[in-house]
Amino acid sequence: MLNSIFLIFLFQLIGELVQKVLELNIPGPVIGLILLLTTLLLSKKYDHKLIQNLKVNLISSAEKLVHYIPLFFLPVGVGVVMHLSFLEGSLAKVLFIIVFGTLITLALTGLLMEKLLKNKDLK
Amino acid sequence: MIDQQKLYSIWVYLQAEPLFWLTLTIGSYLIADYIYKKSNLFPLLNPVAISILIISLILLSFNIQYERYFEGAKFIHFLLGPATVALAIPIYKKWDLIIYNSKAIFISLFIGSFIAISTTYGLSIYFELPKELILSLIPRSVTTPIAMGISELIGGIPSLTAIITLITGIIGATLGTFVFDFMKLRKMEARGFSMGLSSHGIGIARAMSKDKNAGVFAAVGMGLSGLLTSIIIPLFVKLIS
Repeated sequence: MLNSIFLIFLFQLIGELVQKVLELNIPGPVIGLILLLTTLLLSKKYDHKLIQNLKVNLISSAEKLVHYIPLFFLPVGVGVVMHLSFLEGSLAKVLFIIVFGTLITLALTGLLMEKLLKNKDLK
Repeated sequence: MIDQQKLYSIWVYLQAEPLFWLTLTIGSYLIADYIYKKSNLFPLLNPVAISILIISLILLSFNIQYERYFEGAKFIHFLLGPATVALAIPIYKKWDLIIYNSKAIFISLFIGSFIAISTTYGLSIYFELPKELILSLIPRSVTTPIAMGISELIGGIPSLTAIITLITGIIGATLGTFVFDFMKLRKMEARGFSMGLSSHGIGIARAMSKDKNAGVFAAVGMGLSGLLTSIIIPLFVKLIS
């Protein structure tokens, strides 16, 4: 358990460092995600017992973390409600743009993807 | 009998400690998640939206500064980073399925991201919004840290972008299911991908709670649209100015 948490933190740390050193616009955790994914894909070939054990641990810790993502949004989310006055007189217009823009994007992207996805092997 | 003076001093003590705010945050989430599960995952009862409402109402009615709350709740906020890294695991487990559909993913990614940016820009021009607000609005569909980074780079106001981005996430997560049902979309992968691309992490959370494949495709959608958007928005802004 602790070794997998260490790995996840380590990859985020590397991601943050890469972001700072290369001055990228991509946030550190997203770089960490890409690096961890690459490492996992590359390590597929090695079925040493230690690596396999670590992977099993990593999968169970990561799935728990991912499961609680909604909880981790709350502290910032509360800030949004407390700072809604930032939008002042534009609130109605901004809300309209968000709702309308999001609905169009959801609908068209979903439709396109539904048409393009190959049918077999899904699920 | 505890006198009022003592009660007040206990309250002052609690406010200054993270424990109270952490307990409040987790408790509110448990209540909201319970309601969401009981309602058979009804999208309008999104647990993020409901718990934000509960906590905000408590803070507002007791007249508590947000900064004070965040001082304690930041320990929960911290876990958002590791949880983002952890998204590598569900993607890894479904890697073959993603590669198999890479063409569908890339075409939908480019067109979807373009639609998200252009509808936002078009409508802001139509409403004659001030320039700073427009620049804060454009990156709204990608994950909050990327959106804030882009906003800062192009001359928007990052904290305003954070607010707009979070509202986008909640709108997408609560209304997405109705849009997909209306369009009669049946493939969970398509619904998930669209949710992740349009409404980032909160969209992923909604997709994950419904279906594993939807969740994975949502994570892929958020990751890729975040990368693509951080490249094209600065170019787009150069073009229009």
